[in-house]
This record gives sequence, structure tokens and C-alpha cells, in this order.
Amino acid sequence: MTDYQLKAAPGPETVIIEGLVKTFDHGRVRAVDGVDLRVPTGHVVALVGPSGSGKSTVLRCINGLEIPSEGSVWVDGRLLTAKSSDLDAVREEVGMVFQNFNLFQHLTVLENVTLAQRIVRKRPKAEAERVAREQLERVGIPEKADSSPGDLSGGQQQRVAIARSLAMNPKLMLFDEPTSALDPEMIKEVLDVMLELAVGGMTMVVVTHEMGFARAAANQLVVMDHGRIVEQGIPAEIFDSPREERTRQFFDKVLHH
Amino acid sequence: MPITGGAPEVERTTLVPPMSERFRASARDFPYWLLAIAGILGWMVFLIVTDEKYRTAFDRILPGLGTTISATVVGFGLALFFGLLAGLGRISKNVFVRNIAITYIEFIRGVPILVLIFTVAFVVVPQLSGALGFSNSSVTPFTRAVSALAIIYGAYLAEVFRAGIESVPKGQTEAGRALGMTSGQTMRRIVLPQAIRNMTPAIGNDLIAMLKDSSLLSVLGVRELTQQGRLYASSSFQFRPTYLVLTFFYLSMTLILSLLLRWYRSRLGLAND
Repeated sequence: MTDYQLKAAPGPETVIIEGLVKTFDHGRVRAVDGVDLRVPTGHVVALVGPSGSGKSTVLRCINGLEIPSEGSVWVDGRLLTAKSSDLDAVREEVGMVFQNFNLFQHLTVLENVTLAQRIVRKRPKAEAERVAREQLERVGIPEKADSSPGDLSGGQQQRVAIARSLAMNPKLMLFDEPTSALDPEMIKEVLDVMLELAVGGMTMVVVTHEMGFARAAANQLVVMDHGRIVEQGIPAEIFDSPREERTRQFFDKVLHH
Repeated sequence: MPITGGAPEVERTTLVPPMSERFRASARDFPYWLLAIAGILGWMVFLIVTDEKYRTAFDRILPGLGTTISATVVGFGLALFFGLLAGLGRISKNVFVRNIAITYIEFIRGVPILVLIFTVAFVVVPQLSGALGFSNSSVTPFTRAVSALAIIYGAYLAEVFRAGIESVPKGQTEAGRALGMTSGQTMRRIVLPQAIRNMTPAIGNDLIAMLKDSSLLSVLGVRELTQQGRLYASSSFQFRPTYLVLTFFYLSMTLILSLLLRWYRSRLGLAND
């Protein structure tokens, strides 16, 4: 995985993952243990599973926040390697939304959305601000442009984080448990924004515990456990009749409370 | 007390604390220490204004004030630069860079400041002059002294920078990197601005410490406040007025800095004491 390759991905997919293994602690912990996954362009893939099943690690390998121990990841036809110029190039095209929002605390909402546009995309200030205001409008909080992130509710912060990613015109959006840190009454406002993105044709990979969202928005449901994919397919079919015992056990825990 | 009568009793006292209780609370929080120090400084001013001996000592020490302040300002500016470099080196993933930084920090922290000032003035500067081809005698005591302070405080500040950078949550870096910013851009635009805000109280403490340690430069004959005082005391034998006035100079300066720092901390919403 050290030499730089720019070869065509073997398919019309935005993300192709082959034989992904990620170990931590010098190989003692196998967080991801042989995952193959394809995300067709324009599709929404929901990754679900018990905590510690490796779904977040798979997601973080897609934009190189974690470097795979084995296997290959292609994003938009480009093979991800440990080389930092490759990583930066891939990350420019991939947006990511975190569980804890990770808004830049020392900047205003508007500055949060313009910073990377100006530094990475080299957009002039006026253009970056115009794009930022468009995206804030899109996520429904244009009036918060001059606020500080600390003065926003969790739901509002997460919507700013989505706007910040969208302003970079990503080809792919990754969501890492985007509603897990939110109070119940704020989950819907974030899911609504995500649903709208999905309907608009954005390619998305979503790690989530919101089974209702997975059922409504995902083209493909991937159930993981112990670093492996247990089952994948059309969400409604898996929810209604899971083929695997482990899938059934997981649904029992998350759906029947 | 009977159990039935307890509840309303408690309620009344917690809702509106009686006058005496509120007075006691504000009496607890009153800064008596500030009053005491202001009183001591006031007494010193009184002596300087009314007593000829103290006034003379004041007049003889005063010319050192500019040197003390410029040594502190220049030395601290350089120390911030060294501290940032060493602090970044300290957390570098590069084994070589990290160990260079740790060697520097541990070396400085393992030797007394007074010894280091002599070492820089009489070992480091002559060695460098040989290696870099400038004349050793062309380096003034002031330059030697300020270099020493900068090198010493650079090591102390390196740890402040390291702690400050590590105080910024990892998610901030990840968000920057995920947006396609390089690690340098993320450090400059996202991590450092937040780290420096967290570090300001610690940096302020080191600035106060350096102002006081600048008195050690007198051992190199630099004519800052302490050296002026020593020269005057040994020629006039007016030890009592000299050292009292010298104390006055340092205490008034550190008090001003300390109050500024407290004001800044409370503006950030951090607790004092």
C-alpha cells in the first residue's frame, strides 16, 4: 500500500472496499476482519451493528482517518494509500460528519463553513461566504451564521457540520453516528436533513443506530458484528426477515425496547 | 428538632439566605491579600516620597528599569518562538525530531537557572562564535543574558505548548483533516488558535517568572534593576533603602501583570485561585 497508483476502480461505484482488515494495538485487536463492500454512486448504505462491531472503523478507513492494515479502498476510482498527498486528495472529495459534531470552537458558524473552502478549494472570500450561506439555508439555520458554535443546540451544531461538509461539494458523505450524541427531540431535525440529501442523490455511507432512518433512506443495509459483515441487502427485507441468527439477536436488542 | 417542623424551616433558609449569611459569603471572597499588598506598596511609596535616602536609592535604581523590561520582552518573545518549536517537536511523530526536543527540554530542566546563565554566557556563546565565525568579544553581556533567558524559558514554554496543543480535542484535528486540510494547515488554523487561548494563563505565569528571573542577569554585569541596586548599595552602604526600593519595583510590576492575568482568566470564565 505504499506506492501511488491511480488505476480505474473495478466498477461504477463511488466506494469499493476489498479485503479490509484493520488491527489496533500491534495486531492484538482486529477491529475490522475482512470486509468487502461496494457503494454504487448515488446510493445510501447504512452500516448497523452492536457497538464495537467495527462499523465506525470501516467508515474511517474510507477517508483515511484510519489507514487499513490490509486490503484496498478505492474512492471515486482512486486507491487510498498511506501517502499524505493521496489522503488529502481523497478527503477533498469526501465529506464527514462526526458523532460529536467537531465544529471549530474558536470560529463562528459562517467561518466554520468557509475555512476549508478558502484553504483547500482556494475560493475567494465572497464566493466562500455565498456558498456557506446557501448551505446553511439548505440545512435550515441561515440565521445562525454569526453565532458561536457553543451557543447552538446539538441538533443545530450537527446541521452546521453537515453544511460545512456540503460546502466542499463532496462526491461522497460519511456519517459516523450523527445522532447518537443528540437529545431525542433534536434527532429528527438532523435525520430530515440527511433524508433530503439522500433523496437528492448524494452517495452516503451512514453508521447509525436509527433503524427507522436506515429503513426509510438506505438502498442497502449492512449488518456488522465482530469486524465482519453478517448480512447485507435491501433494508426492508432484512428488517422483516433476517436470514442470520446474529442479525435477529441485534434487532431484538435495538427494536424491542 | 422535631421531624415535622424540619421541612418548612429548611425551605425558608435556602430560598432567601439571611442578611448575615450573605455578608459572611462576601466577606469570605473579599481579596484581603490585594489590600495587604497594596498597603505594603503604599507604605513603600510613602517612604520614597518622604525620605531622602529612599528617594536617592529610587533615583539610582530607576535607570535599570528599561533594561529589565527590554530583557524580559525580548527574551520572552524569543522564548515563545523556541517553546513553540520545541513543543511541536515534542509531539512530533518523527522519532529524531521528538528526541531532539526532549533532550533540549530535559537538559534545561535539569540544571539551575543561575548555572545555565553562566553556561550560556561562557560556554555556548564562545563555542558558537568559533563555529559560526563571529568574534566572541563582540557579543555584549545583554545579548548573552537575553539568549540565556530565551533558551531556558523556551524549554519551560515547550511543555506549556505541548499541554496546550494536547488540550484541544482530537476531533478538531480529525474534522480539519477530513475537510482535506493538510496537517500543517490544521495545526495553524484550527489547533493552535484554540491551544493558545487555553495556554494564556500558563504563559502569563511564565512571563511573571521571567520578569523576576531577569534579576539573575546581574551576575553577568547587565545593568538591570538588581545590578543598579547592588552597585548603589555597595558604594553607599544604604542596604536597607536599596533593597526595599528594589522589592518595590519588582512587586509593583508583578502585581500589575498578575492582576491583568486574573482579569483575563475571569473574562475566559476560568476560576482564579
